[in-house]
Amino acid sequence: MMKSKLFWPIIVLVSILCINLFFDPSFFSIEVRGGHFTGSLVDIANRVTPLLLISIGMTLVIATKGIDLSVGSIVAMSGAMAAFVVGRPGISDDSLAPLFLAIALSIGLALLVGLWNGALVSRVGVQPIVATLILMIAGRGIAQLITNGQITTIYYEPYAFIGAGYLFMVPFSIYIAAAVFILAVLLTRKTAIGLFIESVGANPEASRLAGLNSKNIILMVYVFSGLCAGIGGLILSSNVAAADGNNAGLYYELDAILAVVIGGTTLMGGRFFLMGTVIGALIIQSLTTTIYSIGIPPEVNLVVKAVVVLIVCLLQSPEFRKKFTRVLTFKKMTKKEGVAQP
Amino acid sequence: MKSLKLKSQHVPVMVTLILFLTMFAFGALRYDNFFSTQVFLNLFVNNAFLIIAAVGMTFVIISGGIDLSVGSVIALTSMVAASLLQDGQFSALTVIPISLLVGTTLGFIMGCVIHFFNLQPFIVTLAGLFLARGLAYLVSIETISINNPFFSYMASARIPILDGFISISVIISLIVVALGIFIAKSTKFGRNIYAIGGNEQSAVLMGLPVGRTKILIYTLSGFCASLAGLVFTFYMLSGYALHANGLELDVIAAVVIGGTLLTGGMGYVAGSVFGVLILGIIQTIIVFEGTLSSWWTKIAVGVLLLAFIVFQRVFITLSENKNTIKPSGTNEQEALKLKSGVKPGTTAGRG
Repeated sequence: MMKSKLFWPIIVLVSILCINLFFDPSFFSIEVRGGHFTGSLVDIANRVTPLLLISIGMTLVIATKGIDLSVGSIVAMSGAMAAFVVGRPGISDDSLAPLFLAIALSIGLALLVGLWNGALVSRVGVQPIVATLILMIAGRGIAQLITNGQITTIYYEPYAFIGAGYLFMVPFSIYIAAAVFILAVLLTRKTAIGLFIESVGANPEASRLAGLNSKNIILMVYVFSGLCAGIGGLILSSNVAAADGNNAGLYYELDAILAVVIGGTTLMGGRFFLMGTVIGALIIQSLTTTIYSIGIPPEVNLVVKAVVVLIVCLLQSPEFRKKFTRVLTFKKMTKKEGVAQP
Repeated sequence: MKSLKLKSQHVPVMVTLILFLTMFAFGALRYDNFFSTQVFLNLFVNNAFLIIAAVGMTFVIISGGIDLSVGSVIALTSMVAASLLQDGQFSALTVIPISLLVGTTLGFIMGCVIHFFNLQPFIVTLAGLFLARGLAYLVSIETISINNPFFSYMASARIPILDGFISISVIISLIVVALGIFIAKSTKFGRNIYAIGGNEQSAVLMGLPVGRTKILIYTLSGFCASLAGLVFTFYMLSGYALHANGLELDVIAAVVIGGTLLTGGMGYVAGSVFGVLILGIIQTIIVFEGTLSSWWTKIAVGVLLLAFIVFQRVFITLSENKNTIKPSGTNEQEALKLKSGVKPGTTAGRG
């Protein structure tokens, strides 16, 4: 069981949650209040959804040995686009048409951005970090262009359902995240697509020679990442009922990469673990929630994150493991010798 | 023949230079008062810290790595300096070396982690970004304004040049640039950086001190970031944990626009300076235009980045093609050839 990639992430997640229990005995209790479930766990599950969606997309990108830095900007752009449609004054709550228009336009924009990134990486042959860096910078400019530099507040009631509504007593955003996750798992594990992605990540040239259309697989992965970030942007802007071109989804790309890496997918590409990513995202969100609930100043969050990144990376580094196990075996050997000598 | 080869090496930097001159000419033609010494000198005055950070970043990128932590290190340095000056009441003479040590130490640690555990620079410096920003917040959440006489002097001193003026920070930044060019051109360390960026495996096989060089590169970048932080503190006269948020992107953009290949192995310190000046001139034009909002800067930088990256791709493909016809070439072409020919078989990530 300890060999499983999921083992350590789950241990970390459980211990973070248990630390909470220590400070707040009612941490795990879930109550029905106001016709829906409330409680810290529900809160974590609800708040994690944008990050979770983005991390799922990021997992597939990283599996192809790529990286998508533009997701934070896509979140901002998608939210800005939706706010552009439903944030205008004089939109009545009765008509659902603006809601669907907003969703269609936001998702459309996100897909377009994903297509752009994918085309740059797969067709022009630009390094993924660089290709997505362009939109990471320009994307925030575009988002501010859409919102005209203002923080647009959304008063349109139906839009709030996406990020703050409840369906069967559970936050609606959880259904969205679950649907995307199940879709991703089915597509990658029940069809050959997952294998193709891993193969392209492990060796693009060999995959091409083996008859895979590497370019299209890479393109598709970035489009999917854009889609996930777009949905994430919808949920985030709906949850806070506002679109902020400058700060929405700030550092999301870094958090998402962190979630993926914690989940056991290495940045070198190849094998990927969607379930690990989910746990990684949950770890990041619980960490944030814990830091707030225990009463540690929230500024510490970044330092803790830095330490977590470093530890996770060190554990994944073969060099570190080698040195570490050498120290352990050395200790064992000296112990044995110590017993044998007298 | 030799002069022709030199030209092909310098093409990216020449393009940057021409772009800068074109933009300046565009501004001069379009707006009154644009064509003045002071507008030009202000590009240096306002971006001195960016120039210093870009010098460090240039070395990192030439070696094939990346340093995401510079923005946070600038914030941390400004925070440490401000806190020591105001809350600790230390003299500027003690504060400045301590502040410079902050980034240098962090850079050294990151370099060690990258080298000894063979981790990707991207993820290690990402941890550095979080750590430095978090530490800056830990020092204080509030803005600390500085009223130390030395710092105020550095902020307000004006050195007249022609009919304009520059600040002391500009002089510091120009010294850093000169040192950077010297290191890149005339030291073993500098040549090693190019060799590592060209092809790390061949650098190892050639017996170059790859590990030491790599650690030094990140230490140097950390030092530059800290110095940039100090200059930034002179400029702002305050410490604030949110200072220089996202600045690492500007620095990377400036280096790329300056003609340094993000794949490593090729680039010039002087090019990065022009990269920074181009970012500066975009902002100046937007200010002069008056009606354009600030976010156009980001869009313009994005478009420029795109143009340069595509240009680099074309440039690499062209020189690779040239190589297949004519095997003999300069060091840099050799490195490119090695890069395209010998692909290290990576099966990592499968274990």
